[in-house]
Amino acid sequence: MTETNRPYILYGIAALLLLANWYFLGLNSALFTLNFCLISAVMALGVNIQWGYAGLFNVGIMGFTAIGGLCAVLVAYPPIQETWEAGGSGVIISALLLLVAVAVCVVIYRRMPKGSARMWALTAAVIVSFFIIRHFYAPAVAAIESTNAASTGFLGGLGLPIILSWMVGGVVAAGIAWIVGKIALGLRSDYLAIATLGISEIIVAIVKNEEWLNRGVKNVIGLPRPVPFEVNLQKEQWFIDLASRLDVNLVEFSSIFVKLCYTCLFAFVLLLILYLSEKALNSPWGRMMRAIRDNEVSANAMGKNVTRRHLQVFILGSAVVGIAGAMLTTLDGQFTPTSYQPLRFTFLIWVMVIVGGSGNNWGAVLGGIVIGFFWLQAEPIGIWLMDSLTASMADDNPLRLHLIESAAHMRLIVMGLILLLVLRFSPRGLIPERTGRRH
Amino acid sequence: MESLINAVVLLLNFLVVPALSYGSQLALGALGVTLIYSVLRFSNFAHGETMAFGTMFVILATWLLQSWGVSFGPLPTALLALPVGCIATILFVLATDRLVYKHYREHKATNVIFMIASVGVMFVMNGIIRFVIGPEDQQFFDGERFIFNARQFKEWTGLTEALAIRTTQVITVVTAIIVVAILFWFLNRTRTGKSMRAYSDNEDLALLSGIDPAHVVRIAWIITAILATIAGTLYGLDKSFKPFTYLQLLLPIFAAAIVGGVGNPVGAIAGGFVIAFSEIALTFAYRKFFAYTLPDFLVPDGLAQLLSTDYKFAVSFVILVVVLLVKPTGLFSGKTL
Amino acid sequence: MSFLIGENMTGGYGGADILTNCTIGVEQGEIAVIVGPNGAGKSTAMKAIFGMLNLREGKVLMDGEDITKLSPQARVYKGMGFVPQTSNVFTSMSVEENLEMGAFIREDDISETMHQVFDLFPILKEKRNQPAGELSGGQRQQVAVGRALMTRPKVLMLDEPTAGVSPIVMDELFDRIIEVARTGIAILMVEQNAKQALNIADKGYVLVQGENRYTDTGKALMENPEVRKSFLGG
Repeated sequence: MTETNRPYILYGIAALLLLANWYFLGLNSALFTLNFCLISAVMALGVNIQWGYAGLFNVGIMGFTAIGGLCAVLVAYPPIQETWEAGGSGVIISALLLLVAVAVCVVIYRRMPKGSARMWALTAAVIVSFFIIRHFYAPAVAAIESTNAASTGFLGGLGLPIILSWMVGGVVAAGIAWIVGKIALGLRSDYLAIATLGISEIIVAIVKNEEWLNRGVKNVIGLPRPVPFEVNLQKEQWFIDLASRLDVNLVEFSSIFVKLCYTCLFAFVLLLILYLSEKALNSPWGRMMRAIRDNEVSANAMGKNVTRRHLQVFILGSAVVGIAGAMLTTLDGQFTPTSYQPLRFTFLIWVMVIVGGSGNNWGAVLGGIVIGFFWLQAEPIGIWLMDSLTASMADDNPLRLHLIESAAHMRLIVMGLILLLVLRFSPRGLIPERTGRRH
Repeated sequence: MESLINAVVLLLNFLVVPALSYGSQLALGALGVTLIYSVLRFSNFAHGETMAFGTMFVILATWLLQSWGVSFGPLPTALLALPVGCIATILFVLATDRLVYKHYREHKATNVIFMIASVGVMFVMNGIIRFVIGPEDQQFFDGERFIFNARQFKEWTGLTEALAIRTTQVITVVTAIIVVAILFWFLNRTRTGKSMRAYSDNEDLALLSGIDPAHVVRIAWIITAILATIAGTLYGLDKSFKPFTYLQLLLPIFAAAIVGGVGNPVGAIAGGFVIAFSEIALTFAYRKFFAYTLPDFLVPDGLAQLLSTDYKFAVSFVILVVVLLVKPTGLFSGKTL
Repeated sequence: MSFLIGENMTGGYGGADILTNCTIGVEQGEIAVIVGPNGAGKSTAMKAIFGMLNLREGKVLMDGEDITKLSPQARVYKGMGFVPQTSNVFTSMSVEENLEMGAFIREDDISETMHQVFDLFPILKEKRNQPAGELSGGQRQQVAVGRALMTRPKVLMLDEPTAGVSPIVMDELFDRIIEVARTGIAILMVEQNAKQALNIADKGYVLVQGENRYTDTGKALMENPEVRKSFLGG
């Protein structure tokens, strides 16, 4: 396998994996896997922008994904009349007051001389605004949450096309990345990692608990779709004709058709972001980024504002993750805050990037697809493996039962081992960076 | 006057005592993070899992002891099982160091690579824990639940408010004090401890002085494993053992270590208590407290709770952010180990 | 043959050679000083003798034994003490702990050596419980030298011990170094302050571009008009 044809062979293998999935489990399952893999690939691209281009260690991917998902709800879900009447004004007033409070704090910070007086003034401003905002916020929230609590109890969204939320998700994620980056970039690299870990925990806590916003752990279901619903398709004449011409089961075909629509959308987004990333990487900006990454000290000495560059890259990467988060929620058709777990949404993405090839966009995409594939398939494979390994034992043997029951946890161990092995023995990943001179 | 005493008892019962035991648990956790940071110079993301890993072995050993009919009188049997957990964890972390981190040390990898490697270790440990003991909640507390309970306290004092002290809270604080005392004695009084401080202070000069880095690293891992097992077991006894909560503990523990100034053990302890007290004080419902201390017309209607307990992680994060903004080197900067 | 000698040393840090055919030696009880312009390879020569860079050619002998292949740590066990130019104390540890760490490789009783160091640097005894990081520059250098002496070395190597200290402190440090030499220790040092250093040197090496330019007694070098003109500022 030479350097040049290596990517083709590896992508070929990835395609074979998906084809095998098709062969063994059917097209429906294969498309489901493919869609998941495409979204994973977008996330991996986002993380690669941060890690591969600039060496930033973001441990808050989960949070940016959740932000994207929240945006999908807020953009696409139809607004709910009763709850807006119940507490909409209170929430809006609180939001405006929050803006005022932030402005006041900024003014204090800018105008007053550095020192303890400024500290106290800021603290006082924060405390006072906290209580003022709460005065409006708490009753409004209580009113919203008690309105028709069983079915809605939240404000709903804007009722706009859900595709729009992909962009919005990216923008909001970028905004949050800006704040985190302002605080933690330029300090030790550990601090960015820990700050991102913190912000992601908070974001997930918010989406779990702010019921007026997204029903919290009661989940928002039935999000609008960018593609037709299966039941509607099954009633369309042209679709029935198409199915009969292809001689396939109508119900199954509708499900496959919908998944294919998603595949096209996701593939389009992936290719677009990939194209832009490649453009950026090979531009003077990208070369400068890599120069900074490879030698921060000398880049600093050459007058490059390293922290500023890092901030740019951090924002861009987080925006891509936000987009992917919105896409994921769109695909699921529902927003379930409890599904955001760091192992799945932060650390798994890291495995994708490291395995794929840090610094190489094609590598990150490949990593996203391959690791995404194994993440989905590891469970059935694990159960099958455990089942065959323990086949000689009696059916009610407690060890056998325990092993089969715990097979799902095997994938954590396997993912960890893959990460460690690749990092150790092939640190440049499956498709290494082309021009890099990293060890 | 009596209502003032009631108010104090209320605060003691729901704020001070829980914060003291939680703070001790965080402090022990943060000490482990700080130790690894000062010797191996990276933030160990697998530390929460290390705590869970040690606790898991303690639980398994406790069950075994219980099945043999062994008990520790009024104290939890888990204390007897601690050595088992410590030894298992020590063996495991030494193995990970040998198989994972040693390579990067020899190649002088950047600390981000170490962090990513620790993420890999975290995955593996997490998988092992779920595989062996499962992701569910486990109760392993036995023995006497209270030193004295609310009813007894009320009988003694005749107050409306009660102070109940749980055995686990006292055990936590006492154990933490003993462990910290031994640790500080070790670091400041023994040759090996001093060589560890020297290595953390100035690696090159330590090499010139003939200090063996492999030995220092080994000792650091052993101590960390012991600290993590004890911290995890105390936390599990006090609350309950659930693997996922240990992963979430990572944030307050890191925050404690940074707030105190990473690499500084005194700072780690102080940081642990700062985080614990802030978390509990900000999520405490003050309504009853105000009812005792303020005239009736001033008492607020609601719970008078600043933040819902669901946001306790936000507290550690906000403190972390403030420290990063105001004094990035931590409250106790300028001193290492 | 000198007690410690680096013979015909040639090598660098990977890239081009910094040292070419450079020879430096010192006798027990003597002070040898390496001087020369910036970038002449003074510190490199000393590091080469201490084993901190790989020599392409040449060898290092101590007491007749070839130690060219030994690591710096192994050389410490053989009786070499090294005081780096910067970061040469454990700043967070007390003066006494610094000295203890200096004696880390010794298994025997170190209190006598510590007394000797305190006799040599009385101020350190006074500040024995203070963190070394809180001391003044000159005091820190004394801690650094004291730390290196704790192994009871046969050779003491000092990389610019007077960098950044005031002239008065410098004179005092040199006095102490002479005292150390009188106890029979061989002293090899690199110095920026060439004049003062050559004044106390038994032997001087003037390096230029990694090569020996002049080698003589300190006194002779001081009197050599060319050396005076080019390296001692007239």
